[in-house]
This record gives sequence, structure tokens and C-alpha cells, in this order.
Amino acid sequence: MAGILLAGFGGQGILFAGKQLTKAGMDAGKQVSWLPSYGPEMRGGTCNCSVNIDDKPIGSPLVTAPDILIVMNLPSLDKFEKKVVPGGCVFIDSSLVPKTCERTDIRAYYIPATKLADEAELNGLANVIMLGKVIRETGIFDYEFFRNELLTSAPKSKPQLGELNAKALKIGYDG
Amino acid sequence: MGRKLLMKGNEALAEAAIRAGCKLFFGYPITPQTELSEYMAKNMPKRGGLSLQAESEIAAINMVLGASAAGARVITSSSSPGISLKSEGISYIVGSDLPCVIVNVQRAGPGLGGIQPSQADYFQATKALGHGDMHFIVLAPASVQEIATLTGEAFDLADIYRMPVMILADGALGQMMEPVDFEEKKHREIPEKTWACTGTKDGRPHNIVNSLIIEPNELESVLEERYKRYAEIEEKEVMYEEFMTDDAEIIVTAFGITARIARTAVTAAREKGIKAGLFRPITLWPFPTKRLRELADKADRFLCVEMNKGQMVYDIKLATECRKPVDFYGRTGGIVPEPAEILNELEKLTGKGKE
Repeated sequence: MAGILLAGFGGQGILFAGKQLTKAGMDAGKQVSWLPSYGPEMRGGTCNCSVNIDDKPIGSPLVTAPDILIVMNLPSLDKFEKKVVPGGCVFIDSSLVPKTCERTDIRAYYIPATKLADEAELNGLANVIMLGKVIRETGIFDYEFFRNELLTSAPKSKPQLGELNAKALKIGYDG
Repeated sequence: MGRKLLMKGNEALAEAAIRAGCKLFFGYPITPQTELSEYMAKNMPKRGGLSLQAESEIAAINMVLGASAAGARVITSSSSPGISLKSEGISYIVGSDLPCVIVNVQRAGPGLGGIQPSQADYFQATKALGHGDMHFIVLAPASVQEIATLTGEAFDLADIYRMPVMILADGALGQMMEPVDFEEKKHREIPEKTWACTGTKDGRPHNIVNSLIIEPNELESVLEERYKRYAEIEEKEVMYEEFMTDDAEIIVTAFGITARIARTAVTAAREKGIKAGLFRPITLWPFPTKRLRELADKADRFLCVEMNKGQMVYDIKLATECRKPVDFYGRTGGIVPEPAEILNELEKLTGKGKE
């Protein structure tokens, strides 16, 4: 169904966003895998993760030719734009990436996720705003289903985190 | 079926070990295995066990030897360079007929090498991890689910045959998350550990656990007995998986993470009219020699794919007695091959698929 690559800086919640997509895929009865880039990554360094959501058993956990690319910094757009499959799509946090997609055979969506997060006092939830946009444009998950996934993923001791994520999701979905 | 959880391979392995009744973890952290140690440190104390970060890998493996001699279910884990450090202790454990589970989440070597996924420790795991005439069981899972299932199995096999069992994973399997269900393990009868050093309470003769046997005739006969056990394992415990091998003209052989990538390539090859199949050894020792020999009578050729410079390929040649050509394709240094690369090899070797 979809190979998804999420990329940005460490600390932006790239791995978390990927994990939410993976968990939603699992709960929707699909085959899923999640693989982070690992190594000398750190807060502020580059970071990415591969998510596979499919009806068939998943072969390689690495997504080298994504159907959906989500980028939250410029180096990631430069590095991965050329790898998206023709007809695929790229989601760009336009408040952090001062550039547009050069390819014409893929669909590009822009949302100033980090700016929107700051304005709504949802600091650090630009990642979930990006997911809202992805769900809106690709229809990969039903909005209510995914919202519920976010709510139930929050630790029981901190249910307010689920509410904040749901709020961010809505901003991305409406934006 | 139980509820599925989304977990990293490293975490699933640790959880499966605790569920298998393992109470002791001794290890020393190393990428890309560290989440396993971390999970043990967090969860063992809560569940009546102990997780100890030793001062070195050498200390950790010798703690495993001691705990096992006292009858405990015990595990240690590391990644390639750390496993090399443990090799002396592993030979002592084999020589002492002690059960334990050893995990190698492989990274690229030699030396400190790199930290990305690799399968370059195949030779080490299956041929010579430690001095002396020795074997131990080597299990090669290909998914997070299989990591969980085989971990439970590994403890049972270790106890039944009184020997170390290695789980040979790699950085990708350790780091990736997939759904896992911990209920899938089949039950086995485990013999009582009458040999364990648990204190005699003045009620029985002393049990002695030792690998030093100075008298050659005595040592030879101990080895002969142990090799009878190895023969029994080779007879009973071989595990493998086949995919579309029935009418395959070319059979890809691959283990672990590489096998699932090869499976995608085999499916793509079939769509192009290439009669490809996949043979995946799950036990790397004992090696599925018998079945491969049968397949060598049916298929035209083999392609062995590994994340190394060609190691299992020798076992494929031996098993098939070189009756059919065996080619090799591999990536190394931490590179995970893509399905397209394997498909390309299949097209080259069969002369089909390319319009």
C-alpha cells in the first residue's frame, strides 16, 4: 500500500510520527514495519525513519523509493526528493524549508507546520500537524480513526498529551 | 492469539526472554543491541530477575557460565566486536555442557567496523566461535515476531541439549519495529537440571561443572558423547522455510533480514516469468543440508544472497554437493541490499525478465 519516509532534524519527533503511522497501520489490520536511521544521530542532527504499511508481507524494512515523503528540513528535501516514486507525494514543512519541490511528476504539499504549532502553543507538535496534512491529502487513514489512535497512544499517566496531539492533528488536517 | 504489540526486535527479544522464565541478564552495552540491555535493566528487577551491566563482555560471559552452572536460565547479548570478546567464555560453556542463550545483533566488521546491519559473523557463529571441537545451535530469525518465538525456543533447546544457543540477528532486525504476539511459542518438555551446582544439602554427591579434562582418552570419550548429541540435534532440530520452491528453476538462499528482501525479489521475478524460489535456513547450525540436497535435484541453480562477502554460500555448495551452480550476491560494510539488486542478479543468471 505505501512506503513512507519521514525525515528531518533529531528532536522534531520524526520517529514518533513514523511510529504513530505504523501503529495505526497495525491496528487497521495491515502488515507494518518501522525502521529508524540509527547511529551518530543526536538532537539537531539529521534523522529519518522508514515506515511500510501493506496488505502483503513486508520485505525490506528500508524505504528507498517512498510513495510518501515527509520532510521537515532542507537537507532532507535535497536528499530524498529524487527518490520518491513517480506519482508519489512529498509533504514539506514550509516554515523550515525555504524551497519548493523541483519535480513535476510528484505532488508536493506545503504546510508551515512549525509556525502553526508555535502559534497554537503546541511547541514540538509540528510533526503531528504534518500527519494531519498527510491524512487529509492521501486518505491513508480515516481522520477519526487516526485521531483515536493518537488519543489511545498517550501514556495513561499523561492523557493530556493525547489531547494535544489530537489538536495538532486537526490543525494539519484543516490547514 | 494474544494482543499484538509494536516493538523493536531488541525489545521483543528481551521481553520474550523474560517470558521464557529467564531471570538473569549479564551484558555490556553496544550499538545496535543496546535497547535489549536497556529493556532488561528496566524490566528484570520488576519481574523478579536481575540485570547486570558487567565491567566488560568477558566478565559478562563468565557470569553467564557461573549462573548457568547453578541451574539458572540466563542470557547475554552483544554485537559483533563484543561477541568476539566473549568467545573464550563461550568455548568454556560448551566444554562444561552448560545451557545459555547468546544474542548477536550483528554490525559490520572486522574490528570495530561500523554500526550498520551486517551478516558478516556467519562464519564465526557457525564454524569457530571459540577453540576446540565444538558446535552450538544458531537460530536466524527474519522478523520481530520470529525473534520473539525463537527466543523462547532457544531457552528450551539450550536446556534440552545442555549447550549455548545463539540468536543471530542484525542491526536492522534489532532496530526495526513490527507487530509481535508473545503467545505463539509451542511448549516443550524440559529435563530437570540434576547436574546443576545448587548445594547438596548433604543429600547427594557433589555436582562438578568443569571443562578441564587432562586425560586424553577421557576427553575424547566426553567429546564422542557430545558429538552424539550433536548428531541428534542435526536429525531433529533443523528448521527452514521455503517459498515457491516447488517448480523453481533458480532458488535464492538467504537467512535473516536478507531472506525477506529476497522474497520480494522472488515475487517480482515470478511476475516477470522467472521461475524463482526462496530457501531460508532458520537454523544455521544444524544446517538444513538434507533438504538442500533434495532441492539440488530439482532446481537448475542457486543464488546465495548475504550481507557479507560470501559465507553461507560455502555451506550451500557443500549441502548441494556442487551438483548445480551456486552463485553469490552480497552487500557488506553495513549496506542492506535492495530487492531490485537481487532481481537484477536473477535476470542476469537466467537470461530472462529483461525485455
